[in-house]
This record gives sequence, C-alpha cells and structure tokens, in this order.
Amino acid sequence: MENIPLLPDQASTFAADVDLLFFALLGISGLITAGVVTAIVIFIVRYRRGSDAPRGAAPINTLKLEAVWIIIPFVLSMGIYVWAASLYFQMFRPPDDALEISVVGQQWMWKFQHPEGQREINELHVPVGRPVKLLLISQDVIHSFYVPAFRIKQDALPGQYTTVWFEATRPGEYHLFCAEYCGTDHAKMVGTVIALDPAGYQQWLAEQDGGPSVASAGEQLFLDLGCQSCHRPPGAAAEGQRRAPSLVGLFGTSVTLASGETVTADEGYIRRSILNPQAQIVAGFRPIMPTYEGQVSEEDLTALIGYIRSLENGNSENE
Amino acid sequence: MTSVTTTSQGQERHYLNAGYSIRSWLLTTDHKRIAILYLLTITFFFFVGGAMATLFRLELLTPAADLVSADTYNRLFSMHGVIMVWFFLVPAIPATLGNFLVPLMVGASDMAFPRLNLASWYIFLLGGLFTLTMMIVGGVDTGWTFYTPYSTAFSNSAVILAIVGVFIAGFSSIFTGINIIVTVHKLRAPGLTWFRLPLFIWANYATSVIMVLATPILAITLVLVAVERLLGIGIFDPALGGDPLLFQHLFWFYSHPAVYIMILPGMGVVSEMIAAFARRPVFGYKFVALSSVAIAVVGFLVWGHHMFVSGQSIYAGMVFSFLSFLVAIPSAIKVFNWTASLHGGSIALDTPMLYALGFIGLFTMGGLTGLYLASLAVDVHVHDTYFIVAHFHYIMVGGMVMAYIGGLHYWWPKFTGRLYPEWWGRISAILIFFGFNLTFFPQFILGYQGMPRRYHVYAPEFQVLNVMSTAGASILAVGYIFPIFYLLWSLRRGERAGPNPWRATGLEWQTASPPPPHNFERQPVVSGQPYDYDAVATEESLRDE
Repeated sequence: MENIPLLPDQASTFAADVDLLFFALLGISGLITAGVVTAIVIFIVRYRRGSDAPRGAAPINTLKLEAVWIIIPFVLSMGIYVWAASLYFQMFRPPDDALEISVVGQQWMWKFQHPEGQREINELHVPVGRPVKLLLISQDVIHSFYVPAFRIKQDALPGQYTTVWFEATRPGEYHLFCAEYCGTDHAKMVGTVIALDPAGYQQWLAEQDGGPSVASAGEQLFLDLGCQSCHRPPGAAAEGQRRAPSLVGLFGTSVTLASGETVTADEGYIRRSILNPQAQIVAGFRPIMPTYEGQVSEEDLTALIGYIRSLENGNSENE
Repeated sequence: MTSVTTTSQGQERHYLNAGYSIRSWLLTTDHKRIAILYLLTITFFFFVGGAMATLFRLELLTPAADLVSADTYNRLFSMHGVIMVWFFLVPAIPATLGNFLVPLMVGASDMAFPRLNLASWYIFLLGGLFTLTMMIVGGVDTGWTFYTPYSTAFSNSAVILAIVGVFIAGFSSIFTGINIIVTVHKLRAPGLTWFRLPLFIWANYATSVIMVLATPILAITLVLVAVERLLGIGIFDPALGGDPLLFQHLFWFYSHPAVYIMILPGMGVVSEMIAAFARRPVFGYKFVALSSVAIAVVGFLVWGHHMFVSGQSIYAGMVFSFLSFLVAIPSAIKVFNWTASLHGGSIALDTPMLYALGFIGLFTMGGLTGLYLASLAVDVHVHDTYFIVAHFHYIMVGGMVMAYIGGLHYWWPKFTGRLYPEWWGRISAILIFFGFNLTFFPQFILGYQGMPRRYHVYAPEFQVLNVMSTAGASILAVGYIFPIFYLLWSLRRGERAGPNPWRATGLEWQTASPPPPHNFERQPVVSGQPYDYDAVATEESLRDE
C-alpha cells in the first residue's frame, strides 16, 4: 500500500471513475465555498462599521439575482446527478460472465465460497481483470461488505440476497470492512481481499482443498433432501404426472405464478421457494411443497441455487 | 398600571422577579420561564452527551482498544447519538429560543396553549428520566438509529428503556410544534402579516409543521420495535417473517425530516443576527422565508438517500438521489441571500455575528458535502464511513449548535436583562470555530480513505487524522465550557442591557429586558416591513457621536 495517501488505493475499474466524480464535486463545492467565503470576507472588511465605503439603499427587487443563484446550482446539480446515477447503475449491473462468489456475513466474520467449492473466512482471493459478482446474505443482523480500494459497498441482509460486483485491476491486498454496525465486534469484522493475476488465482484455487463444487454439493443436497421426488430427478422420465415444476433451464427465466403475477427466477426467488414455498405458487401447480426452513443453512441454500443454476446448461439431464 | 409594572422594592416587575418560589417555576405557564426550564434541561443533556463524545474521542487516539471495551464504546456512541439528537438538537432552538421568542416576536402575551407548553416540558423531563435510567442500567448499544434486527433480536442492552425515553420525548416535540403553529396563526399582533414576520418565525413555523407531521411516524416505528423485541411479533426480523428494510424506511421517514427539525430553526436565528449586525434587511426576504417551507415539504421525500446500499431498488435510489439534489436548492438560496445581505451593510463583529458567519461557512461545507452523499456512486464509497460523520456534524454542530449558542448570546440581554462579556464571547466563538474544524475536517479525509464509522479499533494508517480529530475535540470542549462560566457571571455582574442593546428591529426588542410577565405593557401594532435596518443612518449616527 502507498504511504499515508489522501486517497485509498485505486484497485478496481470503478475506483478511478468514482474518484473523478469526487474531484468534480470537490472542484464545484470548492469554488462555491471559496466564492461565499471571499464575498463574506470582502464585505466585512469593506463594510465594517465606520468604514467610508459607500452604502446605498437596500435593493428592493432581488428577483434577477435570485434567479441566477437558483438556476446555476440547479443545472450543475442535475449534471452531477446524471453522472453519479449512471455510474451507480453500472455498479449494480453485474456482467453476465462474472465469476460468482457467495458471501455469508455473520457476527463477526465473512465467509466466502468460490464456484469450485473453495471456502475461505475473512480472506477473499479474486482474479485481476475478471468481473466478480458477489451474492451476499447475512445469517443474523445486517452487515455491509465494503472494500475501499474498489469503491464498492453493499449491505448483506438477513433473509434476502443482495449483489454487487467489481473488477480488480491491480494485484495486491486490500482492506475489507464491515460498514454496517452489527454489534460488539463490528470493528473486528474485517478481512483482506487478495487480488491475484489470473494464473495466480488458478494456482491458488488448485492449492485449496476445495471439496465438491458448489453445483455438485447442491446436487447431492437435492438428492438428500428428496427434492428430486417431485422436481424431476436427474435422468428420470420426461413428462408424466408432474407434481412440481421442472427446474431445468429455470434460472433467469420469468415464471408465471398462480396469482397471475410474473417473477424472475433469480437467487431470491429460489431461496423463497425453498423456505416459504406457499408464498409464490407456480401457475398450474398445487401448493403442496413443505417448507425447508430450519433444515438448510445459508451455505446449503447457496449450493442448491448453484445446482439449479447449473441445470440451465443442460449438464445434468436432458429434456 | 404602575402597580402592575413594579415590585414592592420598586424594581421593574419582570418575568424573573415575578416569583421566587420553586412552585412559581415548576407550575409556571409563562412561556419565558418554560424556555428557561428547557434551557437548563437541554444544557444538562448537552454536557452528558458531550462527556460521552470526550470518552470515545480519547479511545480513538490510538488504533488499539485501550480505554474502554468494545461494548462500552458501542454504548457510548449510541447514547451520544440518542441524547444529542432527541434531548438536545431537536428541542434546542424551538423549545428554548423559540419558546421564549415566538410570542414576543409576534406581539402576543404568551403561547396559544400555555398549559400544553408546561406539559411539554414535563413530558420531555419524563422522557429524559427514562433515558437517564437507561444509562444507569447499562446503556443502549444499537446506535441512535436502532436498526433491526439487531435492536429487536440481538442487542443485550437496554433497548426498551431507550425507546420509551425517545417515544415519550417525541410528544413534547409535538406539543411545542402545535403551540408554535397555533400561536403564529392566531396570535399575531395587528398589522403583522405573514410577510412581515421575522424569518426566525418562518423557520420555527416550518420546523413545527415537520415536528407535528413526522414525530408520530417515529413513535409508531419505535412501538413496532418494542412489540417485536418484547412479544416476538415479526415485523422487521426476517427470522420472524419481517422485513428489515421496512424499519429503515419508517425510521428515515421521520429521521430525515428530523434533520431539518434540527437545522431550520438555526437558519432562522442566523437570519436575525445577520440583519441586526449588518444593519441591513435580509436580502431576498421572501425567498429566504419560502425556502424554509420548501425544505419542510421536499424534506419529507428524500428519506431513501440513507439507503443507497441497503438493497433498496436501484431505481428507487435514483429517484431519491434526484430529490436530494432538489432539496439542496432552498438551502443554497439561504446561503447566497445571507451573503448578499452583508453587501452595503454596516457590519459589527460582535459575538452573535461571529457565530452567524461561522454558521454560514460551516453550513455551506456541510450542505455541499451533502451533495457528495446525494451523488449515488460517491455515496456507495463513503456511506457509513467517517465522511458521513463529518458531514452531519458540520450541519448539526457547525450549523445548529453555532446558531444556538450565537442566538443565546444575541438574546441573552432579553433573557436576563444583562449583557454577556463581549471579549469572552468572541474568544469562545473563535475557539469553537477552530476546535470544530480541527475535530471534524480530518474526518472527511478519513471517510474518503475508507474508515468505517462506529469502529472501536481501526487500521493503523488512520491514526494521524484521528489524533488531529481528538485534539480538535479538546479545544471544542474548552470553547463550550467557557460560556457556562461567563454567562453565569453576567447574571449578577453583567452590564445592564436596557430594552434594545443591539438597536435591533423586531417586537421582542420593543419591550423591557427582561420582559414583563405578559410581555408587552400595550398591544404592539406593526405597520412596516421586517428588518427595517438602515446602514446609512447607522453610519451617520456614528459620525455624529
């Protein structure tokens, strides 16, 4: 890391963009502040009591000046608004080819799992030059995943997935902080993000005792929990008396519910459907699925989602 | 009439010598005495909250934990927030200066509902007692924001007592708000039309509207937290089927407007002081007056800007960001108009004016850094860091507290009949200004460097700026303690002020200092515009002397 920098490291594709916007704001606000302060200083010197500066009657019609200092700040602020909003929009729109890492926050640690199954705690290894999408959830209270060097932050909520993404640009070790107050050791819910060049990342992955990949762990759970008895077991016969919708190719599509609404089958939808199946019944099916609340951990849910997601590639069964 | 206006000792009869018994204070319905009761109460809470800040600033001198444990640290900053927000900042100006001055400024003999006014102080006191009890039994550690599900399911601290204290104190805000609204509507002196009202009245009126409309939302939100914590009824905790973001929406729906409850009255105070010490009418009076109303209205629509990284929809984030930029415009109008009011004035740098000018500078910085936070992509980085801590302290302390202390000096002669010692006043004002900047400016840099707020221990590279901040806080503390001594001293030794030591306009200066129990010997009548100051005449009279 650099020595006593006034800015944190710039280590993601967003960092320079955010800093540029920050400096634009610094310029505009610096000019406004300097203008106001200079005017005040000039006026209090020039018009100090007892000075001989000429003083006319107080102006009565102030409309023109008011218009000037309403319209100019308005136009400037709208420019900044659009700039900041479009950058924000990018920050929360992960590219499709991003590497997905699941993040579970709990008092007071961060747990990570890579797609190939490697797990880490309070350390996150990521490759440089490749978009990384984080799927965040909390096991207890609200936490917030914050990497200053990447200029990204996203709260991790209990019971609901959130996502954020970044692309690291420079190998190095960067602070990871919990930014949402979460109890006694909030200040110790910190870690390190280690950005490696792509070869280094592959090597790191290979060195870990990964166990099964997220998708295959999910497949095993899918069998253990008996999901396949309704949701079409791998390799089972096609159309029959279906009690539950097929999960093949489900992920990312839109689903029509019995209520007539449509929802996108994303991580949150699958999670809800496992924990609270009655809430969103797929059109054409009866509400017979029991809840799995209390039987599956956050990591299990991630694995199941990973498995269902992998089905869209058609690698576990053929339609 | 002479029998009414003098005491048996032949002194002029005023609200302070109208009775000396404890009973005459505790059962008073005189708005001026109630203002004094509030003044003493909130001063006590200000120093309690300040003592906590002193402790955690000392803890933050070093990156490691050395002075207090993590749990103690968390309780200190939580209680600092709870006490400073609800037991100092919210009531600060409306319940003290507002209570004292609103009837005087509109030419009334008291508030519209004097007993409701007294009740509001007792309710405030009751809320304060719950809060002190909460502190004694170990404190609360949720932050002043009470975020769920931490506050409902995880915290092992006195959350319920803290909530009850704030809940009760909320009613005192509502009562004060109702009183100010009705007084301004119904008790204005003949000729005192809306656009002849002092800007202090406009600001407090707008504040009162927010207090009356927003405080019930806070009350019901806190009740819901208590219901979930005590009875396990799922409202906010997802483990019980609730939604944690619902809490944030409800909380900020009150707490963002509450930011304007805390700053608008300060803007009113500054308008009065600028005009009086520049001897110039406030430039663009109608714009300054209506901008208070605009802030009150738009301020209700920006709460979601506290939630840009909360998981709220990004489209909602864009709408709230847009509205947050809009709400900055009326604040900018005020700053530019105050500055323009100085042009062509006859400016004297007495203590209140130093505070007013300090307010403009610090509020400008606080307001402009608000734009950084409204800027979505920048907020993602600085949200929940020291940047936001610095930002809201520039508004709340650099803005509101400066205005409050400045106003206290400006109207001190009216409160007490005595002048404060001018040089001591100026020295404290300057100490507070520099101490404040040294405390909080480094926190902007800390925040942009990425230091999260509410951290008991921190990474070593953040230490230099933390040391600066703590050093500044010690100067600030001295600046705050000075006035206690010299203001008390002035009660007996200060120079007698006379009715209008500043030769200011406004009805409050047209009666004796201290004012008689019923404010005016004769019903005042208003025939002209507010701030009828004349810098040219001031200069001429100066040359004649």
